[in-house]
Amino acid sequence: MKILGIIVVILTGALLIYAMGDFPSWADPVSPAHNHVSPRYIEKSMAETSVPNIVTAVLADYRGYDTMFETTVIFGAGVVCFFLLRIPRKDEPTVRRYRHMLTGMTIRVKETRKIPPVLEEFERIDTLWAPHDLIIKTSCRILVPFLQLFGLYVIAHGHHSPGGGFQGGVILGASMILLAISHDLRTAIDRMSERVHAILCPVGVLIYAGTGALCLVLGHNFLDYGALAGILHVDPVAARSYGILIVEIGVGLAVMATMIWIYNNISSKGNYDEGL
Amino acid sequence: MSDLIPFIVDNYNYWIYITLLMIGLYAMIAKKNLVKKVVGMNIFQTAIILFYVSIGAKKGATIPIIQHGHGEGAHEITASVIEAAEYINPLPHVLMLTAIVVSVATLGVALALAIRIYNRYETLEEDEILAQIREK
Amino acid sequence: MIWQLDIAILTLVVVAAIGAIAIKDLLGCAILFGAYSFMMCLLWSIMGAVDVAFTEASVGAGVSTVFFVAAVFRTTRRTKD
Repeated sequence: MKILGIIVVILTGALLIYAMGDFPSWADPVSPAHNHVSPRYIEKSMAETSVPNIVTAVLADYRGYDTMFETTVIFGAGVVCFFLLRIPRKDEPTVRRYRHMLTGMTIRVKETRKIPPVLEEFERIDTLWAPHDLIIKTSCRILVPFLQLFGLYVIAHGHHSPGGGFQGGVILGASMILLAISHDLRTAIDRMSERVHAILCPVGVLIYAGTGALCLVLGHNFLDYGALAGILHVDPVAARSYGILIVEIGVGLAVMATMIWIYNNISSKGNYDEGL
Repeated sequence: MSDLIPFIVDNYNYWIYITLLMIGLYAMIAKKNLVKKVVGMNIFQTAIILFYVSIGAKKGATIPIIQHGHGEGAHEITASVIEAAEYINPLPHVLMLTAIVVSVATLGVALALAIRIYNRYETLEEDEILAQIREK
Repeated sequence: MIWQLDIAILTLVVVAAIGAIAIKDLLGCAILFGAYSFMMCLLWSIMGAVDVAFTEASVGAGVSTVFFVAAVFRTTRRTKD
């Protein structure tokens, strides 16, 4: 199999290098990729949408269909991970470990008797993961609200600087993953339960598609944000800028919820009990 | 010989991108571990995105955020003329933003499948899994 | 486009890619994949694609590496080839 792989790879590589001979030289200002639609986007986007970041304007306004279906794909991936892994299995015996906080002794308790979920002097530790450190817990707990503030800033400032809905949503999701890694998975699920992030994911997609449907109801085309000028009482150029902001918030919510969802499912193998 | 140096300087980028593509393709075909195949798939995807974004570069142009676009100068800049030659082409960036986010979603699903396969067969090597299936 | 920086980072990218698929420990594979993502992010910021670099830095070098490490933790770390 390895020899077949090497032969296929060398043949394909040789064909591609032969096809590269016709390409324009790198970073040529008059290559055909720069000549047709892109000059219109660069010259007209500030006048039509009043958003200085051309990439955000093209992503959320001129090519808004692609972004809407991409958000749906992200939501679909979260749902698939949920269906693959989140099945409670009845054949494994559940053994829990507790540590006595005053003396540091660890005990193992089998699930054959009824255990109350919270014991006063004992804390629950994971089976495979080392006991947690106080320094890591404290410093990560201080860091998480600043991460979330930065994520909200990246979403809101996507009009003027690199950023936007995706990047801010991933940073917000990463803040909850940091909480789950430094403390327990159970602490993170106490903060943001499974029902909350499973509902937030389709709410993000609904905000995006709902804005498009609202524009359709008001008489213009689907995802034509100039129709929002009547509701928001501004001129159509500023209405497009606000429409881009609303759909970026929808995208950010969907991406954040999906990242947390996939991480919870992968790291705890389905039962939301013990994680990484 | 004298026109070989400009030829190499113009095109060496494309050769390195093709090398990365072939490394990813080889990992997907020839490696037997499932997680290595997934790593090869991600290397392939990232190399394609690199190739695509490099088409949009322009010599002597700046990043695609309109200068002096916010603050007090915002009204003057909407009235003045913006040159298309002094900003990098934003269209490949837009298309590749979608591709990066889709690739991380695909990675999540692939790793969930790998965990299910490990639960069922107790191994992640392709030949051992095929041997266990043939025994049934 | 500073060509010296370009060649240095491209060499590191190829080395990280070859290392990520040749190493026998799956945890090292995941970490080298994170390094590969970081080098890609640097390449794109040199080319001027700042939005793409931001997304790759947060998604590829952040969340993607965490998914890999979590999956390796839940399955096995050894591999035969």
